[in-house]
Amino acid sequence: MNIEIKDLHFTYPTGLEALRGISLSIEPGEQVAIVGQNGAGKTTLVKHLNGLLQPTRGQVLIGDWDTTKYSVAKLASRVGYVFQNPDEQLFSKNVGAEVAFGPRNLGYNGDQAQALVKDALALTELSNKTETNPYDLSATWRKMVAIASIISMDTAIVIFDEPTTGQDAVNIARIANVIAELRKRGKTVITISHDIDFCAENFGRVIAMSQGKILLDGKTNDVLGQEEILTTTYVDPPQLTRLGKRLGFNKTVKNQEEFLAALKK
Amino acid sequence: MAIVNLQNVTYKYPLTDSPALQNINLQVNEGEFVAIIGPNGAGKSTLCYTLAGFVPHFFKGELTGTVEVAGGESHNSSLSEWVLNVGLAFQNPFNQISGAKYTVFEELAFGLENIGIPRQEMKARVEEAMKLTGISDLADRSPYSLSGGQQQRVALTSILVMQPKVLVLDEPTSQMDPIGTREVFGVIRKMAQRGMTVILAEHKVEWIAQFADRVIALKDGQILLDDIPSEVLTSPILPANGFGISRYTSIARKAQEMGLWNKDRLPITLDQAVEGFFNEGRK
Repeated sequence: MNIEIKDLHFTYPTGLEALRGISLSIEPGEQVAIVGQNGAGKTTLVKHLNGLLQPTRGQVLIGDWDTTKYSVAKLASRVGYVFQNPDEQLFSKNVGAEVAFGPRNLGYNGDQAQALVKDALALTELSNKTETNPYDLSATWRKMVAIASIISMDTAIVIFDEPTTGQDAVNIARIANVIAELRKRGKTVITISHDIDFCAENFGRVIAMSQGKILLDGKTNDVLGQEEILTTTYVDPPQLTRLGKRLGFNKTVKNQEEFLAALKK
Repeated sequence: MAIVNLQNVTYKYPLTDSPALQNINLQVNEGEFVAIIGPNGAGKSTLCYTLAGFVPHFFKGELTGTVEVAGGESHNSSLSEWVLNVGLAFQNPFNQISGAKYTVFEELAFGLENIGIPRQEMKARVEEAMKLTGISDLADRSPYSLSGGQQQRVALTSILVMQPKVLVLDEPTSQMDPIGTREVFGVIRKMAQRGMTVILAEHKVEWIAQFADRVIALKDGQILLDDIPSEVLTSPILPANGFGISRYTSIARKAQEMGLWNKDRLPITLDQAVEGFFNEGRK
């Protein structure tokens, strides 16, 4: 499902102009990371994709749907949104019910819903925790419940807001696995993140935002190589990119594989 | 001289069977900057709460062993005495903000009001601390209207104004962008240089490598390693136990396996990695 954003402007009721003319299109199955300093407009932008915010000016299309003409509930069948803080999202008395809530509301019948729930729980390694109250789980596992409850809705587009914040290395690897599986299934995945190393290792396209505008938009290596521009929106290139640059590699590298290949030359 | 001294500390939260901390022995010298790393659930926050007196005074539960900070002993002190020596910035700033104040300025003065600091001194201390953490422009905003990163700066500042001898920080930059993180680490280091003792629970090893004097690796409530950053952060024990390590260390380890890194020591910072790989190239 295509995402088409045309000259999007958004001003908050306080007068804060958070988006100042964003145009971009995202093809089905793309994996896009949005980076940039606090206050750049990243969250404001993605909240337009599921209708939580409506454009002040411009247009947002999800497939053939104009977001101003469909309710948030309706858009939820196309766009899933994993909040930064799972506690803003979880409310059921056990994990199984939490993850089943979405597909039930989208009108899947009992068997279909059950299959979606089972799949989402397996993917997030929660299969043995279905009876547990989400609030009896650690923050790490609550994050996985929040992710599972979106994946079970089987939307074509999945948005993650800061998925790695406060997570340890093991859980970050788990989240990377989920994203890899969604890529295999042809889902569009959009992530907002300050964790530039995570973005480099898991996303093919990077959009850098600053002050409500798009600063850079392109293939991960092309964007991450532009250190001087990234610095203006408070983003440092990934550790291995910086190391490669200091070592004088003639190509921008973003992960271990590319680094080692360049090193051997 | 040790300003923090934990001897055989074991702690269980109420209604739990297994201890969150087990037999912790830890001495921290005055002015030292100590980082605590560990997977989620390792006991980092519990250790912070113990140092700050919230364990056992607020959380109750069962604490054995001795916790001494700045000459006082936790069992024998009240929380109101304890906070004069130790300040804790919470992992989630939302849980720390009082909810009783309309502006950031008032929020920052809240702790000082409670210990009876004269008005003029209160204002001076709040203004100085705001300047230090770069939040002077937020003075008149409501603490609840701020972004996560801004709230974290307010939470840190509200502890700094108290001028505690020991500053305990639980992932103080988790919601900040990289530049915000760098600035806050700069502030923390400045406080340590002024003689404040800093104990920091943190996942961001790249920053720990550059700033901390010492690193404690915690898992399942126990201390696995306690040494200088270059020893702890390059130990093979870390990746084997689910700890995050710097990309510089992991790439050099990989290169080592392939015969492309021959230095004895693995790097923990960009400069060390650059130096090591350059030497390799010249051979």
